[in-house]
Amino acid sequence: MTPYVPPIRDMEFVLNELADLNAIAALPGYEQATPDLVSAVLDESGKLAAEVLAPLNQVGDRAGSHLDKGIVRTSEGWKDAYRVFTEGGWNGLALDERYGGQGLPWLVATAVQEMWHAANMSFALCPMLTQAAVEVILKHGSDQQKETYVRKLTAGTWTGTMNLTEPQAGSDLGAVRAKAVPEGDHYLISGQKIFISYGDHDLTENIVHLVLARTPDAPAGVKGISMFIVPKYLVHDDGSVGEPNDVRTVSLEHKLGIHASPTAVLAYGDNGGAVGYLMGEENHGLEYMFTMMNLARLVVGVEGLAIAERAYQQAREYARERVQGRPPGTRAGDRVTIIEHPDVRRMLMTMKAQVEAMRAVAYVATAAFDKTLRQPDAGERRKQHELLDLLTPVVKGWCTELGVEIASTGVQVHGGMGYIEETGASQHLRDARITTIYEGTTGIQANDLVGRKIVRDQGQGAKRLIETMQSFAAELDGKQDDVIEAIRTALVEGIDAMSRATDWILAAHARDPRLPAAASVPYLRLFGTVVGGWQMARAALVARHKLDAGAGDSRFYQAKLTTARFYAEHIMPQARALLHAILQGSEATLALDTDQF
Amino acid sequence: MKVLVGVKRVIDFNVKIRLRADNSGVETANVKMSMNPFDEIGVEEAVRLKEAGTVEEVIAVSLGVQQCQDTIRTALAMGADRGIHVVTDAPLEPLAVAKLLKAVVDKESAELVIVGKQAIDDDSNQTGQMLAALLGWPQGTFASKLVIDNGRAEVTREIDGGLETVMLKLPAVISTDLRLNEPRYASLPNIMKAKKKPIEALKPEDLGVDTTPHLVTLRVEEPPKRQAGVIVENADALVDKLKNEAKVI
Ligand SMILES: Cc1cc2nc3c(=O)[nH]c(=O)nc-3n(C[C@H](O)[C@H](O)[C@H](O)COP(=O)(O)OP(=O)(O)OC[C@H]3O[C@@H](n4cnc5c(N)ncnc54)[C@H](O)[C@@H]3O)c2cc1C
Repeated sequence: MTPYVPPIRDMEFVLNELADLNAIAALPGYEQATPDLVSAVLDESGKLAAEVLAPLNQVGDRAGSHLDKGIVRTSEGWKDAYRVFTEGGWNGLALDERYGGQGLPWLVATAVQEMWHAANMSFALCPMLTQAAVEVILKHGSDQQKETYVRKLTAGTWTGTMNLTEPQAGSDLGAVRAKAVPEGDHYLISGQKIFISYGDHDLTENIVHLVLARTPDAPAGVKGISMFIVPKYLVHDDGSVGEPNDVRTVSLEHKLGIHASPTAVLAYGDNGGAVGYLMGEENHGLEYMFTMMNLARLVVGVEGLAIAERAYQQAREYARERVQGRPPGTRAGDRVTIIEHPDVRRMLMTMKAQVEAMRAVAYVATAAFDKTLRQPDAGERRKQHELLDLLTPVVKGWCTELGVEIASTGVQVHGGMGYIEETGASQHLRDARITTIYEGTTGIQANDLVGRKIVRDQGQGAKRLIETMQSFAAELDGKQDDVIEAIRTALVEGIDAMSRATDWILAAHARDPRLPAAASVPYLRLFGTVVGGWQMARAALVARHKLDAGAGDSRFYQAKLTTARFYAEHIMPQARALLHAILQGSEATLALDTDQF
Repeated sequence: MKVLVGVKRVIDFNVKIRLRADNSGVETANVKMSMNPFDEIGVEEAVRLKEAGTVEEVIAVSLGVQQCQDTIRTALAMGADRGIHVVTDAPLEPLAVAKLLKAVVDKESAELVIVGKQAIDDDSNQTGQMLAALLGWPQGTFASKLVIDNGRAEVTREIDGGLETVMLKLPAVISTDLRLNEPRYASLPNIMKAKKKPIEALKPEDLGVDTTPHLVTLRVEEPPKRQAGVIVENADALVDKLKNEAKVI
């Protein structure tokens, strides 16, 4: 596996020029996030990612984590890395200052998390889950729960988990069966949870499980689910760790990828019931889970971006070294490195263009998230909420699907060596594969986009986004410039496809809700493709201005312009094909009887 | 005791060096810059001395363009207490650097100076030695171990034949070698605190130092590309080639 080189130049470009870090740093409470500070933060976290986390990625893939006499052992080097990570205060980067966090914007955290995940996704999952747990407890926990858990979680002294899934309850959490019986000031939890990431490990003295379960007289379905804090070890009043709780690690799963991340089957209540503390009120568990869903889904989308970046770097380095054949039209002379072959360039450009588009969309979405939290003006906050709600399933669904494709292209660039584990290219593909599944499959993201975000408001939000993109396209003046013109034309066509697809979704839903459901994943892909093209067009315009102004760093801006052009010419046209599938395709999708498959 | 650490802003060690189109020097515009790795070791050593209670204050000094501030901030994030930035856009030769550092040492009454044994851009390996001479202080160069005790510094030096240990009477100048320590990663809270630590800006004139260069750079060129090697048949063929082709024997 090649070393990881944090793509800080492009990150800073996206942060400053597209996601408008200055505007974020102007929000109340985010004043610390000045460009020089952010730059120092990116530099240092990049060093840590490249020097401490990245070298453990392949080690962890080979060794995995193990259940050893009831104790989960993480892979070699994990404990030291976790210590360096938490002692450096990185765990609390965007978390609440009142509990020891640094309170930096999520936008900055997103760039930093891209590096953690690109360096070593199996490792980065652990702090990501802790961060999600902190957000839920801060929002819905009691003051006492905050005092007991949030400080330790923020420091990383303890880690957090999400216990949703059960054998019969995956995408459909309404089917959760775990039980919670009231007992004095707490509840007794019993039942089995499966697929719990970092459900057990040896990195910290305690683990804080957030568990979905039902109380005895809870209504059926999603309205009867409550959330509980269930610590692995009970916590004394002074905050010290006491007796083990009644939760047992039954087994660890053997997986396609992220081998070093322990995925546990947990049994609660073998001995009468694990002590759990209710979060907020009974029967609101799913609602609470959803409050951190935006963030969690954005971060999993960033995992897709991160792995794609790493796979791209790996492929690029290989293509620069591997000597094979001669370019078309030459018979004699030296053999060349494969980066000279037009088709290898096509693969690398496909990777690069989509990585940059994903980065832009993911960061812009996170900037919207920051504004929903800190923007003083209620009207502006609402607008940003609308944008965030639309983009969240897109970042999760589109970036992770592309992450898998790009990691696969990365294998292809290597030829046979890509299929050989030693090279490292195939690990990216195996690791990326989970990202389209957990935190809601792509199908579930597409349902969310179509059902909750488009149909529910009759496409009002999507139409406003389409108008925003249209007015940007109208400002793009390609008269003087062929490249900008190519980008403008592709953008206009893409927006048109998105607009027509949106109209169809609304009309079809009124006829038969199964029709848009059958088209929802192509619609999500179309949405991502077009929004990505919009961001690349914005990037191109900035690059054009910088070049015209002679701002220096012309190689970066030229490459950005060319990459945006490649996106416009090679990726954006997919929007039209997707539109076709959406407009025509649902009936054939639904027509066969189940026994005809 | 105050310790002064020199921190130079250089092209990041990961960057592939490119020459300016006019061969006047190395391209530094829009290239990632970082602290000279040997200076990072110097900062680390000074911060450890402070943590051990041996010194009271660590001052990071950088000389050069505006952006040297970032390099000083990096030192502050690692644990230095404050910074001094001698601001100048002019190119600085080691002697000018040594003179400026001497002026800062005098101004601050520092009793220990730690610099890198060389900077990875020019590889001059002169500043520490010149500074010691100008100050009239003892020097412990290429240090791989430093123990300060009772007004003395015991310095283990990396020399060609192995290791040499010298005992210096403070005040002294130390230059760092790679094995002295492994610099820490700055923690996030310290990166944020570094923003609030003071950096004093001075000009060479304020220190009464003339920095006019004594050297003129004519041209900077890439080293010639290495020719592919050949495998010779036998020792005679080798001797023949050395005699007649390479003309070295
Ligand atoms: C490595 C790993 C780590 C995980 N970590 C955690 C964790 O930490 N905590 C936790 O609680 N869970 C975790 N999970 C569980 C994960 O979130 C679920 O696997 C995921 O939500 C899908 O549920 P499922 O496996 O039951 O699949 P199913 O829900 O059975 O889905 C099977 C297929 O049907 C489709 N499908 C299902 N319902 C619909 C629908 N309504 N509309 C359209 N298509 C649908 C899906 O898209 C999918 O293609 C993890 C899983 C893995 C593999």
